Amino acid sequence: MLAYLIRRAILAVLTIWAVSLLSFIIIQLPPGDYLTAYIAQMSASGGFISQEEVDALRHEYGLDRPLSVQYLRWMRMVLRGNFGVSLEWSRPVSEVIGDRLWLTMVVSVAAVVLTWALALPIGIYSAVRQYSLGDYLATLVGFVGLAVPSFLLALVLMYLGFTLFNANIGGLFSDEFAQAPWSWAKAWDLMKHLPLPALILGLAGTAQLIRIMRANLLDELRKPYVVTARARGLPEMRVILKYPVRVALNPFASTVGYLLPYVVSGSIIVSLVLSLPTVGPLLLKALVAQDMFLAGTIVLLLGVLTVIGTFLSDLLLMWIDPRIRLEGRK
Amino acid sequence: MAERAPVLREEPEETIPVTAEERISVATQWQLMWWRFRRHRLAMVGTIVVLLFYLAVLLADFLAYVEPTASEAQRSLLPPQRIHWFDEGRLSPHVYGLTGRRDPVTLKRVYTPDPGKRIRVRFFVRGGFEYQLLGIIPSTLHLLGVEGASPEETLFLLGTDEQGRDLWSRLMYGTRTSLTIGLAGVGLSLVLGVVLGGISGLYGGVVDTVIQRVIEILRSIPTIPLWMGLAAALPNDWTVMQVYLAITIIISLIGWTELARVVRGRFLSLREEDFVMAAELSGCGQTRIIFTHLVPSFLSHIIAATTLAIPVMIISETSLSFLGLGLRPPAISWGVLLQQAQTIQALAISPWLLISAVPVIIVILALNFMGDGLRDAADPYGH
Amino acid sequence: MPSPNGEGRGFAARAVGRGAKPPSEVPILEVRDLRTYFFPQEGTVKAVDGASFDVYPRKTLGIVGESGCGKSVTARSILRIVERPGRIVSGSILLQRNSGNGREPAVDLTRLDATGREMRQIRGGDIALIFQEPMTSFSPVHTIGNQIVETVRLHQEVSKAEAGQKAVEMLHLVGVPNPERRVDEYAFQLSGGLRQRAMIALALSCGPRILIADEPTTALDVTTQAQILDLLRHLQAQEGMAIVLITHNLGVVAEMCDEVVVMYLGRVVEQGPVDAIFHAPKHPYTRALLRSIPSIHAPARTKLPTISGSIPHPYNRPTGCPFHPRCPDFMPGTCDRTEPSLRPVGDGQDASCFLYGE
Repeated sequence: MLAYLIRRAILAVLTIWAVSLLSFIIIQLPPGDYLTAYIAQMSASGGFISQEEVDALRHEYGLDRPLSVQYLRWMRMVLRGNFGVSLEWSRPVSEVIGDRLWLTMVVSVAAVVLTWALALPIGIYSAVRQYSLGDYLATLVGFVGLAVPSFLLALVLMYLGFTLFNANIGGLFSDEFAQAPWSWAKAWDLMKHLPLPALILGLAGTAQLIRIMRANLLDELRKPYVVTARARGLPEMRVILKYPVRVALNPFASTVGYLLPYVVSGSIIVSLVLSLPTVGPLLLKALVAQDMFLAGTIVLLLGVLTVIGTFLSDLLLMWIDPRIRLEGRK
Repeated sequence: MAERAPVLREEPEETIPVTAEERISVATQWQLMWWRFRRHRLAMVGTIVVLLFYLAVLLADFLAYVEPTASEAQRSLLPPQRIHWFDEGRLSPHVYGLTGRRDPVTLKRVYTPDPGKRIRVRFFVRGGFEYQLLGIIPSTLHLLGVEGASPEETLFLLGTDEQGRDLWSRLMYGTRTSLTIGLAGVGLSLVLGVVLGGISGLYGGVVDTVIQRVIEILRSIPTIPLWMGLAAALPNDWTVMQVYLAITIIISLIGWTELARVVRGRFLSLREEDFVMAAELSGCGQTRIIFTHLVPSFLSHIIAATTLAIPVMIISETSLSFLGLGLRPPAISWGVLLQQAQTIQALAISPWLLISAVPVIIVILALNFMGDGLRDAADPYGH
Repeated sequence: MPSPNGEGRGFAARAVGRGAKPPSEVPILEVRDLRTYFFPQEGTVKAVDGASFDVYPRKTLGIVGESGCGKSVTARSILRIVERPGRIVSGSILLQRNSGNGREPAVDLTRLDATGREMRQIRGGDIALIFQEPMTSFSPVHTIGNQIVETVRLHQEVSKAEAGQKAVEMLHLVGVPNPERRVDEYAFQLSGGLRQRAMIALALSCGPRILIADEPTTALDVTTQAQILDLLRHLQAQEGMAIVLITHNLGVVAEMCDEVVVMYLGRVVEQGPVDAIFHAPKHPYTRALLRSIPSIHAPARTKLPTISGSIPHPYNRPTGCPFHPRCPDFMPGTCDRTEPSLRPVGDGQDASCFLYGE
């Protein structure tokens, strides 16, 4: 078991390092740097900036050093908790990101939790009552989740919400709480607004998980130990829930690891559509403006948080499956 | 005392009609696959739909009736026209022409359908813009057109967008772009996936571990920010073609991991199969083993996985273009079309802009059904 | 095909002396004309088509036949765990539930609700089932002890601690070394033989009066097989159970059984005391089965006799006697027209064949 933990931990660290590299590369890709864009913006609005000022700025922001140096410099800053300054907003990156990052994670985690809460019972029901009406309904919902990309779903729901209910379903807070400082009331307001974005984000994953659960459970239900359990006189409910579900839960739980990055990814676009105060819209603007520190930090932090979340879910898997605990194999 | 072994009775040569059971045992792998696939009704429906869509790709110019880039500010944001099929009892499809008048309050020119102006709609019209069917044959034949069309009297079956461009025609071209980029992307993904997954699965060892770790890492991080970053890095001054190519490469980078996993998995399990060992023992060289023995075994799985990867490509391109980071105007794709429907305000005023979402959903569903059927049929000899 | 195991003649030798039906005893289980059909989309499969036999306490009944002849479905029908799309269509299964001395009327298991409380009590409590593959008969994610405790507490009012004690006792009873430790282990941690013993412990944990063993030794090597059979015999003597042994291995039948029922395509084609079956088989199928066992006494360089043809597809049942397409004693005009019924052909022996009368 320990070996397994250590291995996953090493992989997590490796992944984080890869994320940092990747995010740094991505940001450096566009030709020119932030200052090029800044200058263009300045001259477009009629401002003027001298070459010396440009050079000075360049030196100040370290933009004249070789890339590897810039990377190391950045990493050192990050590890000390200093995420740099957003060149566009002229404020520390951590300030600009503010609540958005962890709101992103809240929505994503809510989506994952909702996915589980929905997919598990529906999947079980679907398998046990194969070909019933419930099964077909579940399959139908599954198709919607499968075929409609989350941002389209958000668009359609937003439109329907507007035309049918004259309600704006976007946003994570009611107006009065949007800018207010944190309080229990604000937290409750958030909870009230969470289900819909969580559902939209999670639907695709839910559909997939329902299919996996259904398929796995159908396989398990045919196995001898289920028959044995029944032959020992167990009531039907327990026969299903205690045995095959527990076994079918394994591949289920192992997909959670990949659900989180998928949902976080999806939240970027969906939050644009639904105007959620998460990291998505901010990232888009930062990328377009080539605001290196901001964009890079967002990508890095998203990656790190996702890896941590995945690691936690691996721990969960370990707890569920005794075979891993005892033999230490994946 | 040794007995003579009984002589086998010689059966007379006759044609014995093959029973249904026995047909199964002599069918080829592909026949079995086809039979199993055929039983999957949803998959059959999906396949037909997909084929129809790709037919539309070929005939995009024919199906459109105006140039997709022809814009007229005056016709901005017009709602879809209804085709009225009967004119005083006779079958005579027509649409109502528009009359413009100045709205007394906003002082803007407002166009409303005028039942007085009837413009006949005709099918298979020679008129409208010229194009080249299949890239070679010049033609002016279009599916729909209006009779005696003057510049003001045109069709807009699905309404117009903000620049006054006809949405139906744009949708036809958008379909073409989205579906072809999907194919191109999946092709690249396939190459990447087969090469890397194949090496990984066949040779194992360090190479396998490295590639596997790379795939793991890619799977455990949210990748959309990465692709957004890549796409945002494309210089503004690139041509449409260059952007198209770059986007194809980017979306292929999104999907290759799944294909590589499938290929690797298949190679790993096939490597252990007895028939591979038998081939080795009978002296087959590596290449022969790979192409004659291994490939037919996993080809069907690869086809299924590839089909299931196309929707991923389509969604990726649509998402990127929707964000403004993918294909850019004047290129037209489903994502580009949907970009105009981003905000609630836009949707409130002109909800028909959302129509481009419909083919997206239909194609993705159809491809998924088709891929599911292929996957189920892929192993006709049992899972 | 029945698997050869040792000498053909040897079995019959060992079977001598056993098997006369005790005239005064009441059967603990009576199966009468059981019919279990499956109704998938493609057509109807008559898995069990009129099986009748009796099970006596302290005796072992063997059910023999090739794969697909309906043996397992019979076992499952008795326990009412036949899966959809199958169900018992007609027939009766009478179980004597008298636990004390009072003569309670027998319960017809076919009339009970399959998921109801009474049937669930019977399962595991009165009748237990063990399977061929012990690995997959245990849940992979629960300990053995957990599963035994669960069964015990289902059928008896005992505390968890007491049930745990019982689990250890049972493991000890079946010969599992170190039962206190093993009770907390998982099925995959045990070897094949130990697992089968644990399986038996699980099945017997509530003291059932009938043990149905569905191919209990097929997945084991010969040595372990012998051990398990010894164990079963020992437990039978000790606990006074009836055993229904389902197998296609005639050697095991000869060793263990008192009565034998031979099934083919869902019907009983012959039944009787074991030595009668082995020494004086009446039905052509039984004869062919016995002939096909390779024997060290057979003349050299002769072909091993097999039963020609193969089992017909369940959707293509032959008309009349189901065995007639493969029967060396086929009588055209008779055997392919009507189905023979089971009729006495010897002392306590019945066969269903037109050779012995219409």
